[in-house]
Amino acid sequence: MIYFDNVSKLYNDGRSAALQEVTFQVAPKEFVSIVGHSGAGKTTLLKMIIAEDKPSHGQVFFESLDIHKIPRTKLPHYRRKIGTVFQDFKLLPHKTAYENIAFAMEANGRTDEEIHENVPQALSLVDLDDKAWNFPSELSGGEKQRVAIARAIVNQPDIIVADEPTGNLDPIATYEVVQILRKINDLGTTVIMTTHNKGVIDELGRRVITMDEGRIVRDDATGKYAL
Amino acid sequence: MLTGIRRIVKAGFVGFWRNAYVSLASVFVITVALFVIGSTMFIDQLLTTSLQSLQSKVDINVYFVPSASQDEVDAIRTAVAALPDVAAVTYTSREEALARYRERNQNDEIAMQALAELDENPLGANLAIQARETSQYENIARFLEERRDSATQTPVIDEINYERNKESIDALTNIIGAVEQASIATMLVLIVASILITFNTIRLAIYTAREEISIMRLVGASNMFIRGPFMLQGVMYGLVAGVFSLMIFYPIMVWLGPRTEAFFEFNLFTYFISNFSYIFGVLIGIGVVLGLISSVLAVARYLRV
Ligand SMILES: Nc1ncnc2c1ncn2[C@@H]1O[C@H](COP(=O)(O)OP(=O)(O)O)[C@@H](O)[C@H]1O
Ligand SMILES: [Mg+2]
Repeated sequence: MIYFDNVSKLYNDGRSAALQEVTFQVAPKEFVSIVGHSGAGKTTLLKMIIAEDKPSHGQVFFESLDIHKIPRTKLPHYRRKIGTVFQDFKLLPHKTAYENIAFAMEANGRTDEEIHENVPQALSLVDLDDKAWNFPSELSGGEKQRVAIARAIVNQPDIIVADEPTGNLDPIATYEVVQILRKINDLGTTVIMTTHNKGVIDELGRRVITMDEGRIVRDDATGKYAL
Repeated sequence: MLTGIRRIVKAGFVGFWRNAYVSLASVFVITVALFVIGSTMFIDQLLTTSLQSLQSKVDINVYFVPSASQDEVDAIRTAVAALPDVAAVTYTSREEALARYRERNQNDEIAMQALAELDENPLGANLAIQARETSQYENIARFLEERRDSATQTPVIDEINYERNKESIDALTNIIGAVEQASIATMLVLIVASILITFNTIRLAIYTAREEISIMRLVGASNMFIRGPFMLQGVMYGLVAGVFSLMIFYPIMVWLGPRTEAFFEFNLFTYFISNFSYIFGVLIGIGVVLGLISSVLAVARYLRV
């Protein structure tokens, strides 16, 4: 489903490399964790998938589509296939949980009927039915991240890309968020997640890619956090 | 489609109010620009109208010698009337000229006495010639002078007089030219200023909303969904400024109406009211175009989506 073909990303006029000759593949319905020290290139790798940045060398494919050959005007359409989750949640502070999720649907041009139907479903999937009308400032970190996940899945993307989704959360909230991501994956959505958290990896017991200095140094079929 | 437009409109209004102070700044400069543009329109209208009325009062007068024969007078009269530049020729016969002289000087005893002592009408016939345009008087005068100079034995034409209103016309033409030049310069400065300020206002709005915009992009919002509200904001600045400028003009026109009536024989307030839809269209139209141009520039520059 996702295929990196010898991808390198250079910064500072080629003097530093965030990614070096990265090649790997993600199959549909997989749950892949990417681990590595800070600065290993995890975020850069995810940016290639959501077309926020272009590789210096190599190609990235989504199914048979070369992501970085998508014309600019078609990019919004491509991004609708992907749900994104970030460490800092990226919720709109002046919108309620419900409105934050509805906003993603509006931006995708969904009808009001679809919004009325799908937003409550997404909220209930992340177990936040009773917080629909709370603003982000009235929610805990874990709850905010669950709103962000609901927003990411509400447009039924093919793949969820999560960059350190548990990075700002306490252990209990971390556990809840991982359970939700696992549930989403069980329902058939591919998940690619970066993390620092050994407990999360062990708990998941799924595929783990280990990165160091922009290279993939390990790729284990079942969860091992080896750093 | 309709839902999309409704959402863009809503987001545009929200953006307008969220940045109320900066929006107000944009509305203010566009209003000032529209006020100057409108004032120029009115001043120009006023001057043009008074120039026209002055021009219609201008003529060339040809005075014939009293001894000129009716045939000779008629020949010149027909020749002048046939000139393409001539709009109208008014003929005053010797008798009419005398009657008019009597009427004008009926309280002047000396003049009446002198007239009575003469046994013959001392006045010649005359022609009052109006040209289609002021610039053509020169040609008509030259034509008449050639006629006079080529006359064979006794001269027929006594005097050709076209200097009377020439100076005031030239002065007014110059004033109109100067006013137009000055107003074009002022208008250009104000148009550039209002584009710049609106441009910066919208840039600021985009900066304030940058988080929101990056989130929109992440969730796959189309470019139009992101840009639309900002462009609409620009249009709204222009619309509001257009209405404001009309609201400022109205009391000014009420005040100026009778005063211009007395001075220029042209009531600005009547003009304002009877051409309201035209003035409304021009001011609002220019305002909207100004707002839209600046927002399109700002959006293109700061939203390379
Ligand atoms: N925009 C950028 N300009 C220059 N260097 C960058 C930029 N983004 C990332 N880097 C560098 O690339 C490397 C990888 O960064 P990143 O992918 O964010 O690592 P990680 O997410 O694994 O912590 C780091 O050395 C970082 O400094
Ligand atoms: Mg990172």
